[in-house]
Amino acid sequence: MIAAAAFYLFAAVLIASAVMVVTSRNPVHSVLFLILGFFNAAALFLIAGAEFLAMILVIVYVGAVAVLFLFVVMMLDVDFAQLREGFQRYAPVGGVIGAILLLELVLIFGTWQFAADAEGLRLAPMPEGVENTRALARVLYTDHVWLFQIAGLILLVAMIGAIVLTLRGKTTTKRQDIGRQIARSGSVQLRQVPLGAGLGQIGIERPPVEPPAGEKPKQVEHHGHGGHH
Amino acid sequence: MEGFLATPVGQLALTVAQAMALLVPLLIGVAYLTWAERKVLAAMQMRKGPNVVGPFGLLQPFADALKMLMKETIIPAGASRVLFILAPMITFMLAMLAWAVIPVNDGWAIADINVGILYLFAISSLGVYGIIIAGWASNSKYAFLGALRSAAQMVSYEVSMGFVIVTVLMCVGSLNLSEIVRAQENLWFIVPLFPMFVIMFISALAETNRAPFDLPEGESELVAGFFVEYSSMSFALFFLGEYANMILMSALITILFLGGWYGPFGLFPALGPLWFAFKICLCLFVFIWVRATFPRYRYDQLMRLGWKVFLPFSLVWLVITAAALKLFGWLPA
Repeated sequence: MIAAAAFYLFAAVLIASAVMVVTSRNPVHSVLFLILGFFNAAALFLIAGAEFLAMILVIVYVGAVAVLFLFVVMMLDVDFAQLREGFQRYAPVGGVIGAILLLELVLIFGTWQFAADAEGLRLAPMPEGVENTRALARVLYTDHVWLFQIAGLILLVAMIGAIVLTLRGKTTTKRQDIGRQIARSGSVQLRQVPLGAGLGQIGIERPPVEPPAGEKPKQVEHHGHGGHH
Repeated sequence: MEGFLATPVGQLALTVAQAMALLVPLLIGVAYLTWAERKVLAAMQMRKGPNVVGPFGLLQPFADALKMLMKETIIPAGASRVLFILAPMITFMLAMLAWAVIPVNDGWAIADINVGILYLFAISSLGVYGIIIAGWASNSKYAFLGALRSAAQMVSYEVSMGFVIVTVLMCVGSLNLSEIVRAQENLWFIVPLFPMFVIMFISALAETNRAPFDLPEGESELVAGFFVEYSSMSFALFFLGEYANMILMSALITILFLGGWYGPFGLFPALGPLWFAFKICLCLFVFIWVRATFPRYRYDQLMRLGWKVFLPFSLVWLVITAAALKLFGWLPA
C-alpha cells in the first residue's frame, strides 16, 4: 500500500515537473524543474528495486549534466518576447511532428506483447542473493561487453570532436605554457633583507622579462589619465 | 517493546530517534568545529583566539549563533525570492542528508544500504546546487562569479574523486560502506593506496571550498563570493552547511582510507565510535592546518591541478591497482 502510494506521489510530481519544464517562463526555473524531475525518476527506480540505476541517475544527470545545463542557461541572454514571437506560426509544424511521434508510439505499443514469464521476472528481476549492481555488471561486462565498449568509444569520439571544434584554427589565442612559466629562472627569489631597506638599495632587481619571439612589445602612449591637469 | 518496534509507527519512531542521536552530536560538533578552527588558527599565528565567552571561549559558538539569530534577514530587491531562500536550505539539508549512510560503528548506520558509497557521492555532487542557485538568485555580479567558479571547481574535482573511490571499491568488492570498513580490519587502505589518499584529501579540500581552494569566496576579489547578499540565519545555514560538509568529507576519508571504527593494530575494539570520531578530528585538524599554511591558488592553477595532474594520475593508478589485483590474485571474491 505504502509503496503504491509512494509510486503515485513520485510519478505525479515527475509529470507535474515535466509540464513545468516546458511551460515555465524562466529558463533557469525550467532547468530546476528538470532536476526535480530527475529526482523523482530516481525515486521511481528505487521503488522498482534498481538502486544502482537510481544513484547513477542522480550522479550523472543531476550532479553533472544538469549543472552544465544550468551553467549555460544562466549565461545565456534569452529574450523571451522574441522566443514567443513565432509561436503561432510554428505551432502547426510542432503539432504535426507531435502527432507523428504519437502515432509511432501507438503503433509500437499496440503490437507490444509481453513474454510469457515477464510477470514473474518483473517481480524478481535478479537471481536470489545477487545485488543489483553485481547483476547489472554481469550482464554488461559478460554478455554485452563489446556493445558497452563501443558505446564508450562513441562517447570518446564525440568528446574529442567537441574539443577539436573548439580549438580549431585559433592562432591568435593566447596560450599559457606552464612548463615555461615554472622553468623561468629568477622569477622567485628568497633573500634575507635588512629591515626598512628598499629593493633598489640592496641591489635586488626585477628579473628581465624577455618579449615573446617575433613581436615587439608595443609602446603605450599615455594620454594624461590620472596625470596633472 | 519488540512488538511496537515491528509496526510502521515503531519503525518511524526508531528511525527518528536514531537520526536525532546522530544529528545532535553532529550539530554540536559543527559548532565546536568553528571554535576549534579559530583556536587552532590562533595558536598557529601565535594569538589567543576566542577566550572571553565562557572558559577558554567554549561558549563562543553559542554566542555567535545567538548573534546570527538576532540579525535582520535581508532579501535584495532584484533577487529571485523563492530560490534565494531555498539555496541555503539545500546546502544545509544535503550536508545532513548524507549522514544517513555513514557507519559510525559496526552495524551503527541509520541506513546500511548496498550502494552506500554511490549515495554519498551523489549527495556530495548535489552540493553544488546550493551554491549555484544562491549565486544566481542573489542577482549580484560578485555572487554569480563566485557561484560559477564554485560549480566549475566542484565538477572538476569530483572526477578524480570518483576514480579514487573506484580504486578503493576494486579492493573491497562492494559498494556498502560497512563492507569497505570491514575490508580494512587488518590493513588500512592508506598504506597500499597512499597516493590515492593524498588525491582524495586534496580533492576534499576543493569540494568543500576550503583553503587553498577557497576561490568561490575569495574575499580579496569577490567580497564573499556566492553568499555576499546573505545575512542572518540564511548566512548561518551556509556556514553550518560548509562545516558539516567538512566533517562529512573527513568521515568519508576515514571510511575509505583510515579504517573507520577500527583502532590502529586492532587496539581497543570496544571503542569503535570514539576511534571514528578521533580520526575525523585528525582529518579536520589537517583541514585547518592547511588553511593556516598555504596561500590561495590562482584559478588556472586550480583547474590545471584538477584536470592535468589529478585526473591522469588517478586514472593510471586505477589501472595499476586493477593490474596488481588481477596479477597477484588479490581480487575480492
